[in-house]
Amino acid sequence: MTLPIEHNVSDTPLAPPPRRRRRGVDRLWAIRGKSSKTEFAVFAIAGLLVPLAGWMALSHSGILPKLFMPDPIRVIARFWVWITREGFGQDMQVSLLRVSMGFLLALLLALPLGLLAGTFRPVQVFLEPVLDFIRYMPAVAFIPLVMLWFGIGETAKMAIIFIGTFFQMVLMMGDDVRRVAMTQIEAAQTMGANRREVIWQVIFPAAAPALLTTARVTLGWAWTYLVVAELVSANDGLGYAILKAQRFLQTDKIFAGIIVIGLIGLVQDQLLRWLHNRLFPWHGRG
Amino acid sequence: MSRSITIKDISRSFDLGGRTVLALDRVNLNIAAGEFVTLVGASGCGKSTLLRLIAGLDEPDLGMIEVAGVEIEGPGVDRAMVFQNYSLFPWLSVLGNVLFSRRLVANRYDLTASERDGETARASSLLDLMGLTRVQDAYPDQLSGGMRQRVAIARALMSRPAILLMDEPFGALDAQTREVMHDLILDVFAKEKSTIVFVTHDVEEAVYLGQRVVLMAPQPGRIDTVYEVPFESQRLPDLRLEPEFLHLKRAVMQRIRETSGVGNVAAAH
Repeated sequence: MTLPIEHNVSDTPLAPPPRRRRRGVDRLWAIRGKSSKTEFAVFAIAGLLVPLAGWMALSHSGILPKLFMPDPIRVIARFWVWITREGFGQDMQVSLLRVSMGFLLALLLALPLGLLAGTFRPVQVFLEPVLDFIRYMPAVAFIPLVMLWFGIGETAKMAIIFIGTFFQMVLMMGDDVRRVAMTQIEAAQTMGANRREVIWQVIFPAAAPALLTTARVTLGWAWTYLVVAELVSANDGLGYAILKAQRFLQTDKIFAGIIVIGLIGLVQDQLLRWLHNRLFPWHGRG
Repeated sequence: MSRSITIKDISRSFDLGGRTVLALDRVNLNIAAGEFVTLVGASGCGKSTLLRLIAGLDEPDLGMIEVAGVEIEGPGVDRAMVFQNYSLFPWLSVLGNVLFSRRLVANRYDLTASERDGETARASSLLDLMGLTRVQDAYPDQLSGGMRQRVAIARALMSRPAILLMDEPFGALDAQTREVMHDLILDVFAKEKSTIVFVTHDVEEAVYLGQRVVLMAPQPGRIDTVYEVPFESQRLPDLRLEPEFLHLKRAVMQRIRETSGVGNVAAAH
C-alpha cells in the first residue's frame, strides 16, 4: 500500500519576502545589537576624544591651577623634550629590561610548577595552601625586606616584580592546566599514550592558549610592580622619572610618564594577542 | 581482527558525599570476538562504569577483566574508546586527530618505510569511509557535532583496535544525524570486524545496532536481562518499523522502566 505523497517540485522561485529588517537607530541600539564599520569607528574615536576634550576643558576652565592640570598639548610638548634632551630612550630601555627580566624569571619558574600542580594531585596539595597564603601578602610590603636583602640594585627590582607575579602565576597556570578536558586525556590514554606523552602531547598543547593569556595578564601586573619598585629605589627608569618630575613640580612630565607606560602596556598586549592568534589559529580570539 | 572480553565477578563502588554507592555488583559477562553488544539501562545502572573498566580507565574493587584470555592492566591500544563528546584535540586538524595515535611510542616500534606509507593510506581510507575527506584540514571546532563524532571514530579505528568501546557516542546528536551514524557504524563493524561494546540510553539504537542487548539495572548496578537480537547483521533503516523490532524494543523499554526504581513504585500499586 502506498499513500499518495505530494512533493514540492516547483522550479519557479518564490518572490523574495518584503524587507523587514530593522534599520538605523533601532538596530544599533537593539540589545546586544551590531554596529557597521563606520559606526564602530565613530564610537571608538568618540571614546578617545571625549575624555581628551574633558581633560582640555578642565585644564582651561581655571578650576584647577595649570600647574596641577597641564593641558594635553603641553604634555605632548614636554614629552618631546623628554625624548630629545632628557634621556627618555634610556629610561624606557632600563624599565623594559627590568620588567622583562623579572617577568621572565617568574614565568620560567611558574610554568613548570603550574604544569605539575595542574597535573599531579600531590604537587597541587603541596603548593596551593602555601601559595594561596603568600599571594595575599602585598608584594609592595616586601619592599623594605627586599631592600635589606638585595640593596637597591637591579636584583631588588627584579625581586619585587617576581614576588608580585610568581605566586599568582603558579596558581593561575595550575588552574589553566586543570581545565584541560579529562576526556581528551583519557582518549589519548586509550590510544596508548604514556604519562610523558599525555603531558606533552595533550595537556600542554591543550592548555597553551590559556597559559599565554595568563602570561599576558600577569605581564600587566609586572609593569605595576616595576613602577612601584622604581618609585621607591632607583636612579633611572620611567618610574624614577615620574618621581623626579614630582620633586620639580613637572606635572606635565608626570602625565607623559603615566601615558607612556599605558601605551607600552597596550602595545605589549596587542603583540601578545597577535602572537596568540598566530600560535593558536584553532582557538577563539585571545 | 577482534578479541573476546571476559568480565568475571566485577564489583565497583563509589563514594558519593560520604555515601557508598555500589555501581557494579558482581557482574559477569562474556563477549565473543567479533560480537556487537549494546549496554542499556536506567541511569545509575553502571553501564558507563563497566565500559570504563573494560577500557582500563578505572579499576574494579573486586573481580577481573580478560581480553582474549589475558587480564588487562590499564588502558591499551587493543581497546579504543569513543566518548560522547569533547574528546577531539582542538589544536589538531581532522587529519592530525586521526593520525594522533601514530605519534605515540606504543604504536610506533619497528615500523618499516612501507608500513609507514600503509599508515597514510589507512588514514585516507578511514577519512573516506567516514566521509571526512573534504574536511581533513579543518579544525574540530569548525565541524558539526555529527562530523566531530565521525572524526572521533576514525581516530579510534586508526590503530586497528581489536575492541571498540563506545560511550553514548551519538547521545549529543540530533535524531536525523544519529540514524545516519547508525548505518555508518554498522558499515564500520562489517568492514573492520572488531568487537564492539556500545553504551547507550536509547533503546532503539541498542536494538538496531546490537547482536545482543545487555540490560542493566541500578541499585546496585547489575546485569538484569540479556536479549538476543534476531536480525542479521546487515540492517536497513526500515527495520525500525518492523513489528518484530518494535516488539523487542517495547520489551526492553518496559523492563528498563520496571528496573529503574520509578517503575517499581508504579508496579506496587
